[in-house]
This record gives sequence, C-alpha cells and structure tokens, in this order.
Amino acid sequence: MSTTTAGVLFILSLVVALVAVHKPVGDYLYRVVAGTRQSRVERGVYRLVGVDPSAGQTWGVYARAVLAFSAVSILFLYAFQRLQNHLWLSLGFDPVVPHGAWNTAVSFVTNTNWQWYSGESTMGHLVQMAGLAVQNFVSAAVGIAVAVALIRGFARRRTGDLGNFWVDLTRITLRVLLPISVLGALALMLGGVVQNLSAGTDVTTLTGGAQTITGGPVAGQEVIKELGTNGGGFYNANSAHPFENPTTWTNWLEIFLILLIPFSLPRVFGRMVGQNRQGYAVAAVMAILAVASVALTNVFELTGHGTVPQAVGAALEGKEVRFDVSNSATFAAATTLTSTGAVNSFHDSYTAFGGMMPLVNMMLGEVAPGGVGAGLYGLLILAVITVFVAGLMVGRTPEYVGKKIGSREIKFASLYFLVTPALVLAGTAAAFATGNAATALNSGPHGLSEVIYAFTSASNNNGSAFAGITVNTPWWNTALGLCMLLGRFLPIIFVLALAGSLARQAPTPASEGTLPTHRPLFIGMVVGVTVILVALTFLPALALGPLAEGL
Amino acid sequence: MRLPTWLAQHLAALRALLVFTVLLGLAYPLALVAAGRLPGLDAKADGSLVAADGRTVGSVLIGQSFTDADGNPVPRYFQSRPSAAGDGYDPTSTAASNLGPESVVDTLAADPAESTASLLTQVCARSLAVGRLDGVDGRRPYCTADGVGAVLGVFHRDGLTGPVTRVVSVNQAAPATPFVTTYQAVPVELAQPGTDYVAEGAVITPVRGDAPTEPAVPADAVTASGSGLDPHISPAYAEIQVARVARERGADPAAVRRLVAEHTNGRALGFLGAPGVNVLELNLALDKRFAAR
Repeated sequence: MSTTTAGVLFILSLVVALVAVHKPVGDYLYRVVAGTRQSRVERGVYRLVGVDPSAGQTWGVYARAVLAFSAVSILFLYAFQRLQNHLWLSLGFDPVVPHGAWNTAVSFVTNTNWQWYSGESTMGHLVQMAGLAVQNFVSAAVGIAVAVALIRGFARRRTGDLGNFWVDLTRITLRVLLPISVLGALALMLGGVVQNLSAGTDVTTLTGGAQTITGGPVAGQEVIKELGTNGGGFYNANSAHPFENPTTWTNWLEIFLILLIPFSLPRVFGRMVGQNRQGYAVAAVMAILAVASVALTNVFELTGHGTVPQAVGAALEGKEVRFDVSNSATFAAATTLTSTGAVNSFHDSYTAFGGMMPLVNMMLGEVAPGGVGAGLYGLLILAVITVFVAGLMVGRTPEYVGKKIGSREIKFASLYFLVTPALVLAGTAAAFATGNAATALNSGPHGLSEVIYAFTSASNNNGSAFAGITVNTPWWNTALGLCMLLGRFLPIIFVLALAGSLARQAPTPASEGTLPTHRPLFIGMVVGVTVILVALTFLPALALGPLAEGL
Repeated sequence: MRLPTWLAQHLAALRALLVFTVLLGLAYPLALVAAGRLPGLDAKADGSLVAADGRTVGSVLIGQSFTDADGNPVPRYFQSRPSAAGDGYDPTSTAASNLGPESVVDTLAADPAESTASLLTQVCARSLAVGRLDGVDGRRPYCTADGVGAVLGVFHRDGLTGPVTRVVSVNQAAPATPFVTTYQAVPVELAQPGTDYVAEGAVITPVRGDAPTEPAVPADAVTASGSGLDPHISPAYAEIQVARVARERGADPAAVRRLVAEHTNGRALGFLGAPGVNVLELNLALDKRFAAR
C-alpha cells in the first residue's frame, strides 16, 4: 500500500469512527448534564463540598463559581510546585522557579498546557499526578460545563437559572471523563505506555553507554491529556515519546480521544434545544473546516516544499519513523483544531505551509471542533455573529434557535471574538518592542512565526509550540501566563453573560422571516464568516511569517 | 455564623479541589499503578525493559546509540537515527532539533567549536558520513561534496536586483574549495568566519546541484526524530546497513537480511503508521545469532 493511500485510510477510519460514536456519546453526555438524579458518590461529593445540588445559579453566580474554582486551583498548583522538594516522589527535583510555577499553574488550570519546562527533569511524580493531571480533568469539565450553561441559555425560557456549576463539574468529571480515562489508560498500557512510580532505571546499553529509562504514572495522565484536550505531556517530547505514544495504533487512539468529546457536543446541543438538526448543522461546520485543514496539512507535508525537506527527500525532521509524515500531519491538525496542543512531531521543523496550518487552525478560534466545551461555545458565538450578519444583509430578524439576537447579545458575542486577536497581536508586538523576541531559535520569517505561534497558542489555550523559541524567562512566562488567563476567562465571562441574557428571553416562534439555521446555506455562511473574520484579523501577520518563508 | 457569599464560594471551591485531588490525583493513578502489576501488563507498565546475558540493556520502546565511547558508530551493529535528545538518545532530556525548513546558513566562527551548523548542513554531513560507513553514494540535493549545505550569498548591485557583484559560499571557509567556481560569471569566494552575510545584504540562494532526486541514504538516516528516542529505522535504512553488518560479523548477508525482515513491523491493520525496524531488538537478535568476530 502506498504511503499516501495509508495516510488517507488513516483519516477516513477516524472519520468513520467519529461518525459512528458521536451520537451514542452525545446522548450519554446529554443524560449526564440534563439528569437530576444523583448517585451516592455524587451526593457524598456535594456534602464534602458543602453545596446544595438542587439550587440553580444565575449567570453571575455560575461565573463566580467558575472563577473561584479556577483561582483556588491556580494558587494550589503554584504552591504545589514551589514546595515539591518537600513532598513525596519529588525525584530530588528543586522547587519550580516562581515565574515558571505561575506559568504552569495558569497553563494547566486554563486547559492550555503550554510547557516551558521538560517534564522529565522538572516535575516530580506527585506534582504530575496529583497537581497537573487533576487539572487535566477539572479544566476540561469546566469547559464542558460552560458550554452546557450556554446551551441552557438557548434552551430555557424566562429564567435566570443556568444550572449549578458544582453539579455540572462533578457529574461531567465522574460520569464522563473518569470512566473513559480508566478504559483508555488500560488500552494505552497494553500498547506499552508506562504506569509506575519508578524514579528511573539506569541501564548499560549494548555498546556500553549509560542510559536512564524514565518512569512515571504516564498512562493515566496521557489519556486525559487527549480526552480533555489538554495536551501537557508527561515528558518534554510529548506524544512523540515512545512511553506516551508507543505504537501506530496508540497514535490512532490518541487522535480519536482528542476529537471524541468535541465532536459529540453538537449532539448535546441539538438534544437540549429540542432540535437535533441544529446540532447536525453545528457538527457539519466543524467537520467541513476540520477535514479541509487535515487534508491541507497532509498535502503540504507530503509535498515537502522547502530547501531542507528537498535535500532530505521528505519532511521527516522532528517526526518519528513509526508515524511517518502523514500520521504526524494528521495529529498536528487534530491537536490544533482542538485546544489540545499535544504533539507527536515537532511543528517547528514542518514545511513553511505545513507549519502554517496548525497556526491557522488555532487562529480560527479552535472551533473545528475545538477544545472540550470551548469549541462548542466558540462555534455558537460564531453562529450568533453569522445570524446577525445575515440579518443585516437581507433584512431578516436575527434569531438563533428561537432566541432573538439583540444588541446586548451581539455585544457579548463581539467582545468574545475580539479577546484572542487582541492578545495575540498585542503580545507579539510587545515581544518585539521589548526585544524579548530575540530568544527565537530561527531567524527571519521563521523567527516571527515562532513568536506569533507562541502567543496564538497561549491566547487560544492550545499549548502546542513552535518549540524552537526559548520561553523559560521571567518575561515570557509572565506574558504568556497573562495571555492564557485572559484568553480563557474573559471569553468564559462573555459566554455566561450571553447565556444569562438568552435564558431570560421568551422564545420567538419561527416565522416566514426567520433564517433557517440548519440548512446548507447557513452552514456555508458560518464557515465563510469564520474564515473571513480570521483572514481579516491575521493575514498581515501570516504574510510576514509563514507566507514569506514559503513563497 | 453565616459566611459572606464570596468567601463561602471560595471555600466550596477549595473543598471541591481537595476532593478531586484525592479522587483523581491519588486514587485514580494509584489504582492504575496497581492494575499495572497484573501479569501481562507488568512488563509494559515498567517500561518494556529487555535483558541480554542477564543484565538489563534498555527498553525495546526507547532507541539507543550504538556508538563507542568516542561517539563513533560500532560497525557490527545496525545504527539508529540521529538524535537531538541530550548527547543522543538521552531519555532524561528528550528533544527535537526544532530547526526550520529554511535553516540553511551556518554560523562559522574562528573557533570551530563555537560554530553552529544549520539543519541543512547537519543533513548533508550525516548523509556523507552514512554513505562512507555503508559504502553507498552519500550525495544529496543542496549539499556540497564536502558535506555542508550548498548555499550561496549573492550580492546584487541594487540590493535585491541588478547585476551580481559578489558571491560567497556561505557555509564553506578555508581550506575548503567553493562547490562552484563561478555564479553568473562572478567567481565564488569562501566565507570568512565571523561574518554575517545575511546582515550585509546577501540574497541566500541554495543550489540544488546534480545529486539524484532519491538519494541512496534514506531520509530517516539524516533527520532527527521528534522525541530523540525513536526506536525504529526505516526498512530502507536497514537495507543499506546489511552488507556492512554482515561483513563485520562474517555472516551471510542473506541471513542478516532475513533477520531484518523478522524484526520489521509492517503497518498495523495494513494502514496505520509506517513500517519500521526496531534497532535494539534487531541488534540483540544479531548478537544471539552471529557472535561478533
């Protein structure tokens, strides 16, 4: 079988698998977030936390609960890293430097998992499993909870009640993330992913050299890293590391886990608003953008344009033999179309255009299908903007799934959209103005790409990197930490405010003047609006970076 | 006593975090560690370690260097890919090179130890070295015969345009010979170490040369992997090493080739990933079958 055919079959098999499971998984998710019967374990958790599971929350209370939980998590994780040398299983590592601990605490709480450090030489096992991996679970649950709150805004009428954050957090974690993680971790262990508490095994290699085979509770962290679209690797090499991603089928499984929940959430949306076709329309937008991006990334990488790939005969620098070019490119697209940021190959060594695709995927706002929860609420915001634009063009009343899009709603949607471009472009400009961009490894347009990539990744909570740039400095760790924090929580506040405003409305019955939002016309318009908004925002920056390098 | 709402909320947050830390941060990973003790899973959970003559020599999942103390390839073993992890295949500092597709200009310093090679030059040098070791043609496109990137810095009268006034082979310093003598009728000079020709306004022009499009040394032999721990090489890279290994061990090349085939993984299910040869497993099998001469 030719390399290209195998690569295409790999993509097709993922598509088929996702089409097959998105409905049952989405239906299950729907029952988790819509159900009211609490299990005994859940009742125990509510008692320990001290909350009443039947109490509804307004958008303000819901938002403050999200922010309180995240603030406490950041402080806890910061302290954990600073004190790691006093704790069990520290492997003898020093406490993490203050600016680094701040960056990592924010990074994992915001579902970004940007990593300035090498896991194998910085973080002890206890910090990894009881600090970082816990945030992998709960930051993912927070994202899904916020998306569900927004859907409730569309689905509910004349109410301030958006649900209860503590209930959503608990049920999503215990009923969805934990069981899938247990199964996934066992599967990964069968493939060869390690799960132990060893500090490493010193061996003498066949030719007499010294090598330390590292250990760690990797499998448990690896699975939620993908399932929760987190992306923070146990080791520096992330999913390229044979102990995180040992075989070609674990590679398939990891990509599948990355896409599983994001592609199932539109079904939850359809079920909750009582019109499954609205969910299909949202899923169709995501799928069109995703398939196009995966295909383009593959084409650019397999073509191997550029001096070094031409000299080598393939764009193989930074890629593993077992994954080869195509399965690496597919992973790169999946990880940046979502907010994952795990990598099984190093994007910095991609061809100019192949390396531009991950960047463009993130600039799209990570909506195709996006991070768990964050992708769905991002796309719903774009749908709201599209309804508004369409309303302006043809003079129809802007409505979406029965709710009027008035000036208050469109303000929140616009503010949401403006946050990340402002952070990316201001951040990049600041890096150059202050001379901090000089830490980029490569020079010329590629160096600019490295800086833009860093800010795009942080502000969109992706966490992947054009890893050549040195970001372990107080300036970079502080700046990127701020971008991650604002890039996560400002949009969440705007989404919840929008949800509150929608929930208060009485539904508008569809009329002759209503734009149907489940037809191909509307699907095409959302795709168009997404691409045009991104092109208008970022094309000048892309022209100076990857486009200048590749042309 | 009733706490103010904001304080109550932060208290609930702290309690929630502690509950989840115990559940997800301790119970969950430790249960998986316990599951990893089950027979059948235990060897894998511990890192798929492999032993030879009673001592542990590594992990079948983690690549290693088959070089002597000076870093030279040990010819009786199949060689792994280049690695950017530490000094090569160091699992405590996994890394990729992170050099881009247009990393083609070396930084030449008066002291060779302070020079840094571009990705292109690294590729060219590796290709030449592998070609010499395995007795195949080490030439590649965009590479000079002496194994550096074939790149010219071209100065034009008016910056980017106008007639060519001066041409420098930017990756070659004395005592090398420029890989071409003239470019557009202008004689090509050698680079002066310490000079930044890009800053001086040279247009960087890689020259393809006449090397075959499909070089004899395969792509994986001249590139570093993402992890720096790649346990595999391509079947093509194994193939060019067969003759050398067979000669060093006084073995029949056909028998060595059969051993390679036995240690080649095809694509899982016929379409997942790419075929690869596990180098450590192959070398262990070689040691068992053919004692070194």
